[in-house]
Amino acid sequence: MPSAAPDPLDLLDLDALLSEEERQVRDLARSWVRERVLPELEEWFERGVFPAREIAKELGQLGFLGMQLPDESGSPTVGPVGYGLAELELEAGDSGLRSFVSVQSALAMFAIHAFGSDEQRAEWLPPMRAGEAIGCFGLSEPDAGSDPGSMRTRARRDGGDWVLSGTKMWITNGSCADVAIVWAHTDEGIRGFVVPTDRPGVRAFDIHRKLSLRASVTSELAFDDVRLPGDAVLPGAHGLKGPLSCLNEARYGIVWGVMGAARACLDAALNYSRERIQFDRPIASFQLTQKKLADMALAVATGTLLALHLGRMKEAGRLRPEQVSVGKLNNTRAALEVARTARSILGANGITLEYPVMRHMTNLESVLTYEGTEEVHTLVVGQTLTGIRAFS
Amino acid sequence: MDVVVFAKYVPTPEGTPELGPDHLLVRDGGDGALDPGDTYGLELGLRLVEAHGGEVTVVSMGPAGAIAAVQRALAMGAHRGVLVTDPALRGADALATARVLAACLRRRPADLVLAGIESTDGYTGTVPVTVAELLGIPSVTAVRAVEVVDGALRVERQTEEGADEVACPLPALLTVTAGATEPRFPSLKGIMGAKQKPVETLALADLGIDVEDVRPTQRVVAVADAPPPAGGEIVDAEVGIARIADLLVEAKVL
Ligand SMILES: Cc1cc2nc3c(=O)[nH]c(=O)nc-3n(C[C@H](O)[C@H](O)[C@H](O)COP(=O)(O)OP(=O)(O)OC[C@H]3O[C@@H](n4cnc5c(N)ncnc54)[C@H](O)[C@@H]3O)c2cc1C
Repeated sequence: MPSAAPDPLDLLDLDALLSEEERQVRDLARSWVRERVLPELEEWFERGVFPAREIAKELGQLGFLGMQLPDESGSPTVGPVGYGLAELELEAGDSGLRSFVSVQSALAMFAIHAFGSDEQRAEWLPPMRAGEAIGCFGLSEPDAGSDPGSMRTRARRDGGDWVLSGTKMWITNGSCADVAIVWAHTDEGIRGFVVPTDRPGVRAFDIHRKLSLRASVTSELAFDDVRLPGDAVLPGAHGLKGPLSCLNEARYGIVWGVMGAARACLDAALNYSRERIQFDRPIASFQLTQKKLADMALAVATGTLLALHLGRMKEAGRLRPEQVSVGKLNNTRAALEVARTARSILGANGITLEYPVMRHMTNLESVLTYEGTEEVHTLVVGQTLTGIRAFS
Repeated sequence: MDVVVFAKYVPTPEGTPELGPDHLLVRDGGDGALDPGDTYGLELGLRLVEAHGGEVTVVSMGPAGAIAAVQRALAMGAHRGVLVTDPALRGADALATARVLAACLRRRPADLVLAGIESTDGYTGTVPVTVAELLGIPSVTAVRAVEVVDGALRVERQTEEGADEVACPLPALLTVTAGATEPRFPSLKGIMGAKQKPVETLALADLGIDVEDVRPTQRVVAVADAPPPAGGEIVDAEVGIARIADLLVEAKVL
């Protein structure tokens, strides 16, 4: 006999598919976000700031930075599902918070972990894990977005040194980072560089007037003949494969993360619809509202199930990048639709920062674009289906 | 310095607990957790052993599911756990509970015992001091700060007017207020490592306690809703602050 009525926020009882530890990881992230972040978040969003240093330290103490990578003990703190659940809860707070953790953990730390030398790993990973050093990841440029191979940033050899020049754009954590992973053309093809941001010639300019991811630092990074020692290059990365495999790692987190934003919107809309009275009835009693709520709950349930499925595949070492594209495409699009629908249920109140839905909605517009746009992932799926590459 | 912290598993600490037909709290079911009121003592205990060495043992009495409260305390940093669970303990009253906890301490003595002021489900507030009485050790209630000086305690005790400073030898038992510390979040490593920490699960027989000794001596015969608060005053937002300040002065809070 089925037990209690389903939880509206977990319609399919996916909770039962998690291990006790996975649930505890989720609960930790959820309670930290609720107690420490949410009370201040709206203020950060409104002012367009993110206290990266402070948050990094707390996240480091809790163990959320690089949690999916092996530590000194040789194994990761949490498996792919625990990592995904943490990303989900962080993004239920705000996509900016999740972006911070994704960039630190899945882009910057992952690049050093996967492609770095022993010295680079020893120098950067422990402080980054502790939240004492912040990392960023510079691939996009003013004129190179979906087509990163067209980047203009170059690094040339000069004796034993490298000299790096160019401009990176839209770099999350750019102006608050201690270390930048910068991708550049060289005579040997595209290579990655570990660039301490206090090097002469490195400058950062924040991008202002954003209407999305306002509680996140987004910057332009300029490299003006920055001289780097010969061992600044990531020895294990050759060609675009390097940055793309980092992005694949980060996208996996997004597949989960956006479901957190969607769940927060569903939660807000559900509560609001029960309390808001029009025509002497709660608006939740109107069939059109119920359809919206049902569609939202379905999207959250199926999207989270998809994330969990991909997580179990990753655990088994079977997850392919095309499948991550399926997840990123489906879930990001679904989350954005949920946010927009939630906004309509909240009526005029929905456009304010008093409720989280419009904040999530505008954030998700960025998430739809970064880490591979909706269109690019569609074409990746198209290529997988047809064997024909349509985007170049 | 070895510290024992009492940790109670309470059903839905943030919700409204349910009463069964026997007027006892329904304690089975999945939604329970470590009593938030116990986390202040735990935090204090962790800080004391971090400063002075030793270990924190959490001791809980409850249904089998109370292991979740023990695990949570281990994830926060406690070193070992003890769970006393026995069908004969269902409906145990404050005295029976105190006997069980005291037996745990006789079995494995500690320098310092820390407990919450009262549980967020039963609210008797009598268990900790009863344990101290049974063990014949001093107890200080409503503690908001502790220092260990020359092998003894210097304790600040919250009172209506302010605070008492109390000197107290060890071993001792303290009940800790919510203002004493800010409980830490567990870390991911703590969560993942909690399962590896030693936990003993004991039945009454392991503690040498006879079923007769824990038979409840109290029985709840009826439960009634609390009367709605009488009087009260809704303060208009316009004049609000001044009026609230007056009220606080009247109540001798300011
Ligand atoms: C808030 C934020 C944070 C970011 N953080 C980082 C970061 O930390 N590091 C980093 O390197 N980058 C970052 N980015 C950049 C992000 O990765 C790029 O915005 C993304 O790759 C898209 O590039 P673009 O904006 O130049 O758009 P474009 O590539 O110019 O695309 C514009 C439109 O054209 C479509 N399009 C392009 N090519 C094709 C094609 N072949 N077929 C069909 N449609 C096509 C796109 O899908 C899109 O709809 C961030 C972006 C944002 C908004």
